[in-house]
Amino acid sequence: MNTSVITTPATGSVARWQALKDFDWKPVALVPLLAALALPAVGSGSTWLTLTVAGLAMGLIVFIIASGLTLVFGLMDVLNFGHGVFIALGAFVAVSVFGGLNAYAIADSFWLNLAALVPAMLAAMVVAGAVGLVFERFIVRPVYGQHLKQILITMGGMIIGEELIKVIWGPGQLALPLPETLRGSFIIGDASIEKYRLLAMGVGLAVFAAMVWTLNRTKVGLLIRAGVQDREMVESLGYRIQRLFIGVFVAGSALAGLGGVMWGLYQQTVLPQMGAQVNVLIFIVIIIGGLGSTLGALVGALLVGLMANYTGFLMPKVALFSNIALMVAILLWRPQGVYPVANR
Amino acid sequence: MSDALLTLEGVHTHIGAYHILHGVDLTVPANQLTMLLGRNGAGKTTTLRTVMGLWHASQGRITLAGQDITARATPDIAQSGVAYVPESMGIFSDLSVKENMLLAARGARTIDDVDTKRLEWIFDMFPAMKKFWLHPAGKLSGGQKQMLAVSRAIVEPRQLLLIDEPSKGLAPAIIQNMIAAFRELKAAQTTILLVEQNFNFARQLGDTVAVMDDGRVVHSGAMAELAEDSALQARLLGLSLGAHQ
Repeated sequence: MNTSVITTPATGSVARWQALKDFDWKPVALVPLLAALALPAVGSGSTWLTLTVAGLAMGLIVFIIASGLTLVFGLMDVLNFGHGVFIALGAFVAVSVFGGLNAYAIADSFWLNLAALVPAMLAAMVVAGAVGLVFERFIVRPVYGQHLKQILITMGGMIIGEELIKVIWGPGQLALPLPETLRGSFIIGDASIEKYRLLAMGVGLAVFAAMVWTLNRTKVGLLIRAGVQDREMVESLGYRIQRLFIGVFVAGSALAGLGGVMWGLYQQTVLPQMGAQVNVLIFIVIIIGGLGSTLGALVGALLVGLMANYTGFLMPKVALFSNIALMVAILLWRPQGVYPVANR
Repeated sequence: MSDALLTLEGVHTHIGAYHILHGVDLTVPANQLTMLLGRNGAGKTTTLRTVMGLWHASQGRITLAGQDITARATPDIAQSGVAYVPESMGIFSDLSVKENMLLAARGARTIDDVDTKRLEWIFDMFPAMKKFWLHPAGKLSGGQKQMLAVSRAIVEPRQLLLIDEPSKGLAPAIIQNMIAAFRELKAAQTTILLVEQNFNFARQLGDTVAVMDDGRVVHSGAMAELAEDSALQARLLGLSLGAHQ
């Protein structure tokens, strides 16, 4: 069909301009605002730059993990407290893949390092996605619409998952060293920017771009956005929301697996309990973002990453609960989160 | 009289502990507009939702074009050619008008796959849809949202439209616009089951009518017959009003 009968370029640009004008910029502006407020508190510009890059990298890793969880909640109202198990699983799969491709990981060649890193990421995503499919079928599906049971059974699922990880990889902490060329830092003036953090930012931004493209430019993405707003109407239009949900759950689990690899490399160690540790952060992120909102999850993740790094430097004792304080402050401002989903 | 497209026989619906429909018998003739009238709480919306499979009948039988759809899931019923416009309109506020229409066109992967002539027909009925094509649906006025809800239901040919109170909360000028649009749909031989409380709206459009009270159909027949018989109107609609009070 010739769409020019529907919209001329003029009306298209008017609509785009109107959308930009109507867009709620305040939550997005919180990220640079927080960074700007931290500058005088930190004092040194180079330290501030190091902390800011570290915070953004951490935020983008947390976003990779949280993005699937927020869509799972938005689509089917499912509170999955077991999401953390996919993080740990992804990280441990990466340990095994790195073990098998150790020669590539320790080589002093960026491309050989990538030849170890990319298979590790893909394997983590495939395994976490496959386990996510089983998790949805046997743990989540029987408790649709029952929040209390969801919390209990998904936490139980995570405990079982952690124990299975201990059976396969052992109960102890394992090293997940960075590939050779990702170690070290770039020095910009007096600031030290770790190479891996730049890679983490790149991967996080690529995941965000892919999600935005999928959600806005494909029919499946439109269905996900519509389902988050009104799943009953999506069914009334003839689409099976259950299938869509399974797809999103598997994709969300795979992203958590990828996030687990990134988080493990960030910490350079992996633990069976690491999922439970990150779980708190990702729930803070999706609550700040507005349950079901992808952009909200990004804003929430960046705020959480920056806050953790700034307070860790300025007031280490406060760092433990700084993100909870951030969540409380944001919910006092916007009780439904920064980008609440319409119709819910 | 036309052949029946939709038939409900002794349909009972429970919502949790509540028994809402108490044996609904209803026939919707093909290519006609059937009005479903009654007071608030009479069971009109529950009837539409039960047909759509959003709530399942606990007893009775629902057939569409001779096929038993009583136990079918909502997406299956939609795929067999039933479009539903709920009282809340069910607009996806964060999506543009274009994206709302694309989702309703199940067979289309992109808007380019949607039948141009059909879109132009819809734009002739509802020019606001063309004007606000790329705008977020949440920014439309109440009347425009209702137009979008109806446009979405007809973006592809359907066997049956189920429409719940399209005149609710709309200004008189917009109601006239909706009446003109439904006349256009009638002229195109569309089968419609339309729930309405506004009798003046209903009498201008209905070919046949069913009046519900307390979860049952208490009258059915030609709309012209009810429109001309003020005693019958008083008895049916007055009885309903009295029961409501």
